[in-house]
Amino acid sequence: MTVIDSAVLEPDALEALISALRDRGYRVLGPRRRDGAIVYDDLDSAAELPIGWTDEQAPGAYRLARRDDEARFGYAVGPHSWKQFLLPARLRIWRSHRDGDGFAIEPEETERAPLAFVGVRGCELSAIAVQDRVLLGGAYQEADYAARRDGVFVVAVDCFEPADTCFCTSMGGGPQIRGDCDIVLSEILDGEHRLLAKAASERGAEILRELPQRAPTDADFDAAQAAVDGAAARMTRTVEAGDLRDLLARNLENPRWDEVAERCLTCGNCTMVCPTCFCTSVEDVSDLAGTEAERVRVWETCFSVEHSYLHGGGVRRSGRSRYRQWLTHKFGTWHDQFDSSGCVGCGRCIAWCPVGIDVTEELAAIRESDRVAA
Amino acid sequence: MTASAELAAPAAGAMVPQPFRVLRRRRETSDTWTLTLEPLAGEGISPAPGQFTMIYVFGVGEVPISVSGADDGLLVHTVRAVGAVSAAICAAKPGAVLGVRGPFGTAWPVREAAGCDVLVVAGGVGLAPLRTSVQALERSRGDYGEVTLLYGGRTPGDLLFRGELAALRRRGKLNVDVTVDAAAPGWEGKVGVVPKLIDGAAFDAESVVALVCGPEVMMHFSVLALRERGVAPERIYLSMERNMRCAVGHCGHCQLGPTLVCRDGAVYSYDRLAELMAVREL
Amino acid sequence: MTTLAEILADAPFFASLRPETIELVAGCGSNVQFEPGALVFREGEPADSFYLLRHGSIAIEAYAPNSGPLVIETLEAGDVLGWSWLFAPHRWHFDAHALTAVRATAFDGACLRGKCDADPQLGYELVSRFAQTLIERLQWTRLRLLDVYGHDGKR
Repeated sequence: MTVIDSAVLEPDALEALISALRDRGYRVLGPRRRDGAIVYDDLDSAAELPIGWTDEQAPGAYRLARRDDEARFGYAVGPHSWKQFLLPARLRIWRSHRDGDGFAIEPEETERAPLAFVGVRGCELSAIAVQDRVLLGGAYQEADYAARRDGVFVVAVDCFEPADTCFCTSMGGGPQIRGDCDIVLSEILDGEHRLLAKAASERGAEILRELPQRAPTDADFDAAQAAVDGAAARMTRTVEAGDLRDLLARNLENPRWDEVAERCLTCGNCTMVCPTCFCTSVEDVSDLAGTEAERVRVWETCFSVEHSYLHGGGVRRSGRSRYRQWLTHKFGTWHDQFDSSGCVGCGRCIAWCPVGIDVTEELAAIRESDRVAA
Repeated sequence: MTASAELAAPAAGAMVPQPFRVLRRRRETSDTWTLTLEPLAGEGISPAPGQFTMIYVFGVGEVPISVSGADDGLLVHTVRAVGAVSAAICAAKPGAVLGVRGPFGTAWPVREAAGCDVLVVAGGVGLAPLRTSVQALERSRGDYGEVTLLYGGRTPGDLLFRGELAALRRRGKLNVDVTVDAAAPGWEGKVGVVPKLIDGAAFDAESVVALVCGPEVMMHFSVLALRERGVAPERIYLSMERNMRCAVGHCGHCQLGPTLVCRDGAVYSYDRLAELMAVREL
Repeated sequence: MTTLAEILADAPFFASLRPETIELVAGCGSNVQFEPGALVFREGEPADSFYLLRHGSIAIEAYAPNSGPLVIETLEAGDVLGWSWLFAPHRWHFDAHALTAVRATAFDGACLRGKCDADPQLGYELVSRFAQTLIERLQWTRLRLLDVYGHDGKR
């Protein structure tokens, strides 16, 4: 990431930022409070940001709490990730109708309003890059994803308030923004409440120039760096990530799988909140008259028995095998398939698991028993 | 933030089914049919031996089917009716239109086996994905050492391509050995399992390339018999099967350990598979 | 012209037997031939021999009143046919017919049983080899029982 320009903004300048994006025809998406969580949704104004709110997370627990300041981005991550906009949970990919002896297919047009993401965390930027590799990096490009992805304007935010469930420092995803984006915001609460804004692209610089600002000083840069370094230092969960691919490949029959299987409900929550999980299925549906049909792509979880169905039955019938599939894929075989880890350390799966299964704990247990067995 | 690279246009027909008309339909066994398809527009597709396509029946669904023949733009598929979609494909009469996406997947190493003995081991419907390889081996017979086809099915009535097999035998360019699990009155051929035929087959274990296709259990025992004769794992090729939806590596369904069957298979060499096949519910 | 002992020494079934043992066994053996379709033995008859197939195919059959002979299994060159000579009541359990012209070595079971009684080591060698063959046949039979090509099987 190269910084083209930088400025210091007052928190209220975010209104101008959002307006500038809307004026340029972007659909602005960002964080807001709803149903007791901080979710990503359309943003009409900066007043809708979760001002003065934070999240408290633990295995199987997520709740919002009031801060004693007016921080705009004083939380970690919620149940939503940006994948819901790039890889919608339900998408019609084509329609067809009978045509004489055959049929004609009309591919769906992707909605055209370009997207602007406001408030993208380091782990989320990494997650988007991971999904880019899966859906755009192979022999075939996922056409709808590519169309939505093309031209997304990213306003990233450095983290200064990690949750207890975060472990991005272990997975290399954050907390500092390092990937490709348009503007990076570092919120500073030390002294005057301000945001250091860095433009990392031409179009980011263009918008930045329009916002009310003052020039940054060394103190501003230091304060911003201190905030994000503080976040890295406060992270409590860790994973020894270096050799996970080999570790998991040689532990496919580790007794830990039986142990976690007794707790796992195979509900699939983890796959829904995970920003890199990409499994989908297609449904072919037709109307009653049999003249119109459509193909719909839907999110699917590898925790469902149907996921591995082969005529005669599922290949992964036991919960044990399905949990093993998810964990070994995310941290292990993802490397073989896509040349990177599938995990960015956002910790969502830990918070949103109804029984509080902690992947960092599971990996540590497998590593320990592997060490003992050696 | 820029989207990664320029969008590479997906190969025509990779994501959207292309219409193909059923030209001919031949019943092979009580539940298996061979369909010959011609493209309604364009030049059709050119699958390599072992590749598969995704066949779509309007309003019903789509399934992966191995290609069993490809000639001059015509596409041949041998389909077994095991579910709603495959049954609908089998029921498609000449003139009906099906959708085809593909071809996808890896190919049998037929050309690469030049200079070696070749052993083709097929069980049940598993002969279908090997049919074009057998044809290629016979056509270019001079490029290979001993070439043998071992084929087995449940009963004589369940054997595919019986006429073609008889003709193949008559022409005498390949060794052909056929067996059934259970005989029927009038059957004068071998009765026994396919792996047993491997014992007595004519090939040099050091230099043979073995192509194996059939139910996973049958492939497993065939591989054991080949290993017993000293054939190295990297000289044995299998065709694997997993639940497939997109066939382009995006939906995650066909994962087999570190591989995606739609992309790294369906044809795999056994050295890659050995450890994977040993893990239950992988 | 090869002797019977030389033929046996080459047969995988008798692999690793000491030359003296092979001579002993060969002493109970003789070469036989069958025309295509010839009856080799019938179910129920006294089973006092076993065969080492050297050329051709033999079908092992069960006879059902409503369908006639049903082939259970076919054996080829190198296979051994017959184990009932080892176990009382020494009667064939199935029919056997030559499918093609067959050349085989037939062994006199009574003669061999006598030699095994006198030389338990010989008995052990023979029974081990027959056990091996039985296990293999059982494996293949079990594989057929699995009905892998059936409707719930793959492909």
